[in-house]
This record gives sequence, C-alpha cells and structure tokens, in this order.
Amino acid sequence: MEEILDTSKKKDHKHGSGSKIEVDSLNAFFGKTKALQNLSMKIQENKITSIIGPSGCGKSTLLRCFNRMHEEVGGTIEGKILLDGENIFNHDPVWLRKKIGMVFQKPNSFPTMSVSENVTIGLRLNGRRNKKELTEIVERSLKQAFLWDEVKDNLKAPGTSLSGGQQQRLCIARTLAVNPEIILLDEPTSALDPISTAKIEEMLVGLKTNYTIIIVTHNMQQAARISDYTSLMYLGELVEYDKTTKIFTAPAKKQTEDYVTGRFG
Amino acid sequence: MTGYYRWRKIKNGIMFSLCLLSVLAALVPLFIILFYTISQGISSINWDFFTKMPKPAGEAGGGMANALVGSAILLGLGSVVGLPVGILSGIYLSENKKSLFAGSVRFLAEVLNGIPSIVVGVFAYIVIVIPMHRFSALAGGFALGILMMPVVTRTTEEMMNLVPNSYREAALGLGISRWKTTLFIILPTALKGIITGVLLSIARAAGETAPLLFTALGNRFWSTQLDQPIASLTVFIYDYSKSPFDDWIRQAWAAALVLILIILFINVTFRLVTRKR
Repeated sequence: MEEILDTSKKKDHKHGSGSKIEVDSLNAFFGKTKALQNLSMKIQENKITSIIGPSGCGKSTLLRCFNRMHEEVGGTIEGKILLDGENIFNHDPVWLRKKIGMVFQKPNSFPTMSVSENVTIGLRLNGRRNKKELTEIVERSLKQAFLWDEVKDNLKAPGTSLSGGQQQRLCIARTLAVNPEIILLDEPTSALDPISTAKIEEMLVGLKTNYTIIIVTHNMQQAARISDYTSLMYLGELVEYDKTTKIFTAPAKKQTEDYVTGRFG
Repeated sequence: MTGYYRWRKIKNGIMFSLCLLSVLAALVPLFIILFYTISQGISSINWDFFTKMPKPAGEAGGGMANALVGSAILLGLGSVVGLPVGILSGIYLSENKKSLFAGSVRFLAEVLNGIPSIVVGVFAYIVIVIPMHRFSALAGGFALGILMMPVVTRTTEEMMNLVPNSYREAALGLGISRWKTTLFIILPTALKGIITGVLLSIARAAGETAPLLFTALGNRFWSTQLDQPIASLTVFIYDYSKSPFDDWIRQAWAAALVLILIILFINVTFRLVTRKR
C-alpha cells in the first residue's frame, strides 16, 4: 500500500520494476472549480492500472493530466507529474504525447482516411515517409490490436466503414503505431458490445509486457479482470489505491468496500 | 381515447399541409423563373451564340463568346482574391473562437456580407479604377473577390466548427502539433462543406452586375487583358435587355439562361465530385 502512495524515491523498486509515473500533490482546475484534490500516486511500469469511481469524480481529468490534454481545453494544473523522474510540465506537450498515447471513449477514426492511413497518420505527419517501413508498421500495429485478420484485405477501405468495436481497435492500433511507452484509455469499451470488449481486454493484457497501461473504467468487473492495480476516486480525491486483488477482496477503507460491492456510487 | 387520437391525427395533418405549402411557396417562383427564362431564351441559343462575337446593332445573329470568357476571367480573379483570404480567415476564426479580435473580425465579416454590392463596386472604383485611370478586369475581379470573402469566411468557420472535437483530441493525442492537426485532420474533414461555401460564393459573384458596371465596365470586343475593360455575362444581359432591338432582348434572355445553367452545372459537378468522401 505505502510503496505506491508514497512519492519518496527510496521505495521505488519494491515491485521489481520501478514506477513509470509519479503524481505528486496534483490539483487540477476547470476555471475556479477544483476537479482534482491534492492527489499523489505512483504508476508501475508494464502493469495495467485502472481508475474507477462514480461519474464526475475526476477519473478522466486525472487521465487527461498525464498527457497534458487537460490544459488543451483550458484547464489548469498545480503540482507535479514525473515521467521517468522528469516533470512533464517542463516538456513540450507534442513531445510528451508521442510517449503517452491516448484512446478515447468513443471510437474516433478519422473519416477522411482509409484503415491504413488512419494507422500511419501520426507517423506521416511527423515526417516518416518510407513506404516499406510504414507498410510494416501498419501490419504490426493492426496485429497488436487484434484487428489484422479482419481488415487485411480491406486496408484501403475508409476507417469509418468498420464496426464500432473494430474502429476502437483501429484507434488503439493508431496509438500503438506511434510507439508510445504509456497508453491511456478513457473508458475504451463503454460504447462497445461484450464481444468487442472481451477482445480489447485480451489485447490489453497482452500489451502490458511492452507498455504501461492506465485505464479509466466504469465497469468494476473489467477493472478486476484486467488490472494489476486499482485506484478508487471520489469527488476529486484518491480514496484508495492498491493491488487490484486487495481492493476487491480486502479493501482498507469502508468507502472502497461499499463502492466495489455496489452499495454506493 | 379515440377522440383524442383523432384530434392528434387532424393536428398532424394540418401541420403537414402547412409545411408542404411552404415548400411549394418557395419552389413555385423558382420554377416560374426557370421556365420563363427557358421559354424566352432557348430559341436564341445555338452554336454561334457561344463561339461568335456580338454583331453591330441592327445585324441579326452573333454571340457572346467574349462575355463568356470575360465572366470566367472575372470569376477566376475574384477567386484568387477572395478564396484564400476567406478560407484562411475562417480557419483563424474557428481556431480562436473566444478572442476579442476574432469576435470583431466575425462581426465585420457579417457587416461586409450585408453591404450592397454596388457599394463594393464604388470601393473598387476608388481604390483601383481611379489610380489606374481606366476600367479593368483587375478592378472587376477585385470587387467580386471582396463580395466572395465574407461568405467563404463564414462557411469555412462554421464547417470547421462542425468537425467533432474528438478528432482534434485524437490527433493531438497522437503527438501531432496543433497546426498540423488543423491543416491535415480538421480541414480535410470539413472540406466538403467548405467547397459548398466556395460554390455559394462563386454563384453569388457570377450573378453580380452592379459592382462590374463601375469596374470591369464591359467590352463589345474580344479582350483577355487584365488591365483593360472586359465583357461579362451579367453586364451583357444588362446592356442588351435595355436595348430597343428585339434580337438583342432575345439574346439577353439567352445569356440569362446560359448563366443559370452554368451555375447549376458547377453546383452539380462539385456535388458529384465531393460525394464520395
């Protein structure tokens, strides 16, 4: 419990792998409204960390702080977020977002582009033109996203011609193509059917060997199924953050137990 | 209960009829204009009309080749002036929605849109015709360009705003910089709507007569020189319809019909071209 909540550096390596992200007394605002309240946590490398909590508790805001998307919509931030020990607010957001990819709630493949163009757009607009390399990346990313077999004969079809679940996997492939270190997912399966959801969950579990994954979800079973760590948020504060098994079987706080058993929230 | 449902059906019928009547009220004048123009103009349309020059008064026949080419040149010049400024301002406005400057530009674009076209003609007369000491295609194109600008600005802004914000966030989330996101993600998504706005502005400019009277003037002879007065379909219609010669009046009707058909043709072609995306 303490090793992930405490931000002092000496306890970094208790889990074998170090913490990838350290959040240190983070406050986030929308205008004068405080959305996150003095939040500190450590995200472990090559693990899946899920963030759960009732609507409006600040889950998405926290996620959007990690890649500085919160500031993009006019929000402000106080405090520190360290990525590999370096404060992300000292870096250019564009640089940061190449390291920290993001997948959104609703599939949003670009409507003017084909399946393969959707996958490579992040690379092409940043100067990668080598056709052979791009073709390889399309295949690799789509395979990683469990989509290759379904679209390999239709790479030139518009991205929006795919089903919702396929489009969401296309969005994940698009994010993977940029080769980030961390992937943020904001309720990626809440608009999808159970079969698509299962595919994405299976994929995420496979991806964690190479990526650090942070997922916001409303679905507690999902958090229990796929994540190594779970954090519960309420009214902008971190209620409890621990190994998933602990959160769901023996939570330290009454509030957590009430939430995961469905008695509140 | 049945009484209630019957009353609801009656209300539905009344409202539906009112809607249908409104549609008819809008469409009937359009078709009357169209059919009248066709019935008056079709007899004078032949190959000569498109390829020959105007004949002197009293001589039958002749065409309006110079006016056709002149109108194309004027619209080309107008597009060169109006489209880049209009599209770029529209992009600027949609990217900086809340700034005071953007608000002022938006307001001024609306004011400009409401200015009578003849006033724009006088403006072009003062800033181009007087310093150059002659009427010219350039001045005409400039006047048309100014008329096109606000239409293109507004539609570009509106179309850019219609693109869901999720695309912008998705692109930014991939580590694509803001200007590249705007130019290569948002703009192509909005392109179809922007092209519609461009067409609208070209159609508007193609039908303008007043600003050309002060600027391009009109020309009975063949001219493609930009610093000389140039013929145009609308001024051709204006001149010929005032004339006392029956043949000229018939030709004016024919020119009006051609103008309508050209605008229709541009519209339909662009719609077909952009439909796929």
